[in-house]
Amino acid sequence: MLRIPGAAAEIMRIAHTLWRFTPLLILAAAWEAISRLGLVSEFALPPFSDVVVSFSRLADEGLWSHTLMSLYRGTTGFAIAVVVGSLAGILMAWYRPVHILVNPLLRCLYPMPKSALIPLTIMWIGLGDTSKITLIFIGCLLPIVLSSYNAARGVDQVLLWSARGMGASEREVLWEVVVPSALPEIMSGVRVALALAFILLVSGELIIANNGIGYLIDLLGEGGDYSGMFAGVATISAIGFFADRGYVALTRRFLAWRE
Amino acid sequence: MTEAIDEPRTETPPSAAPPSAGVAASTGITIDSVCHEYRPARGRPVLALDNIDLQIGDREFVAILCPSGGGKSTLLYLLGGFMPLQQGRIEVAGRDVTGPGPDRGIVFQHFALFPWKTVRENVLYGLEKQRLPKDEREKTAQHFIDLVHLSGFEDSYPSQLSGGMKQRVAIARTLAISPNTLLMDEPFGALDAQTRNLMQEELLAIWGRSPTTVVFVTHDVREAVILADRVAVMTARPGRVKEIVDTRFEGGMNAEIAKSRIFLDKVDYIWDLVREEAIAADSGRGG
Repeated sequence: MLRIPGAAAEIMRIAHTLWRFTPLLILAAAWEAISRLGLVSEFALPPFSDVVVSFSRLADEGLWSHTLMSLYRGTTGFAIAVVVGSLAGILMAWYRPVHILVNPLLRCLYPMPKSALIPLTIMWIGLGDTSKITLIFIGCLLPIVLSSYNAARGVDQVLLWSARGMGASEREVLWEVVVPSALPEIMSGVRVALALAFILLVSGELIIANNGIGYLIDLLGEGGDYSGMFAGVATISAIGFFADRGYVALTRRFLAWRE
Repeated sequence: MTEAIDEPRTETPPSAAPPSAGVAASTGITIDSVCHEYRPARGRPVLALDNIDLQIGDREFVAILCPSGGGKSTLLYLLGGFMPLQQGRIEVAGRDVTGPGPDRGIVFQHFALFPWKTVRENVLYGLEKQRLPKDEREKTAQHFIDLVHLSGFEDSYPSQLSGGMKQRVAIARTLAISPNTLLMDEPFGALDAQTRNLMQEELLAIWGRSPTTVVFVTHDVREAVILADRVAVMTARPGRVKEIVDTRFEGGMNAEIAKSRIFLDKVDYIWDLVREEAIAADSGRGG
């Protein structure tokens, strides 16, 4: 077997990592070139290097406090949706009355574009955080309810029987068998909701807010600071990316038994 | 026309009469005119079990043999109390079956292990329901894990085990709650021939050490004859008891007997019964 010495292996590893980032590097270089060569207007696409400079300037000028505000809204709405949504979905699958009660609401809410609710939540709840949190909550709720409902309904009958046969009560079966066996599907529904949370967060803040990263993007764009605006967009995109990767890592850990 | 019997029913040797149904009824199993019909949302109802009468003695090992597609699992699920009884009566150890319970341990064909629990946690599950003290639970679980030769795999997840190992976990898990009655639904059906033979030997050894009443559903004639005291041959769709054959051998089951003339004759005899049924089922008698 071919043996690679430690140092060489390390170089290979770094090279491999760089290789994976190559498409991103090419994109950045192309971006810079297109803008510097004047192929498109500098307003439409400020050079990449300007965006980087704006980013470091904004970082000193409150980018982080805006980010924190956005994260607070997003996390709160999302977290409530995860708890309420998965409970609702499982109970719907388990108890007929809950199904009868909740199902019509879901059917109405499902096809509705959630961003259409932005003016409504503002009208009903006001301009503050609560209206944005509510919007994110409603938007995230559906994929979570649906995935937990389907997951809980799809639990293998034989697993339920075997738990009952070993002396588990109905309620114990719900918590000890239905919930864990539904978990993989619930978690994939939650991942969809996570992406939705970002969409609704930024659209809510873009329309009306007095802080948060969506607000900042809007403000910089209005003020003609396009490289700053791009830096804001890049920041929220990066947060979305890392949230998703983090979530995937969490899923793997939680569902290690599937390997 | 399918009732043609080529041999008179002199199968039961006088030396080995079926374990006195009447005497042991209070601790064994009584299945009394049980019918069961499946009513699908669409289509015609299907009669899975038709008037089943069966007496199983205390600590008797009975195999239920039937052509594929019969109501054999249905009968086991009714014994387990997983499905409501539509007609007839089932009594296990002197009590009517009204729901599932740990007095009847069941081993399912596809193991039905909790995939998110390790081997140890799977075996512990039923013990936790019995509210035993923690160290006693741990000790019992380990005992049964050792018994099925899975020491060293306590912390593995079912997805990391082979089919035979999974089935051994399922058996350990069921034995650990020390049920009075063991219900087994084609437990070795999914295993390869070699593993299957080993598992049969192990089951017999375990049963020999602590006999319980066993109802063992299978479609493997040889397996039924090797394991059981009596074999109930079922008809296909609707399931009825066609014949009950005594399959005990003097001196008990062992490798020598499994090669003997008397054993092979018994297997042949039952094979003929099953073949009749399979042919009848194919010619569309059911309905």
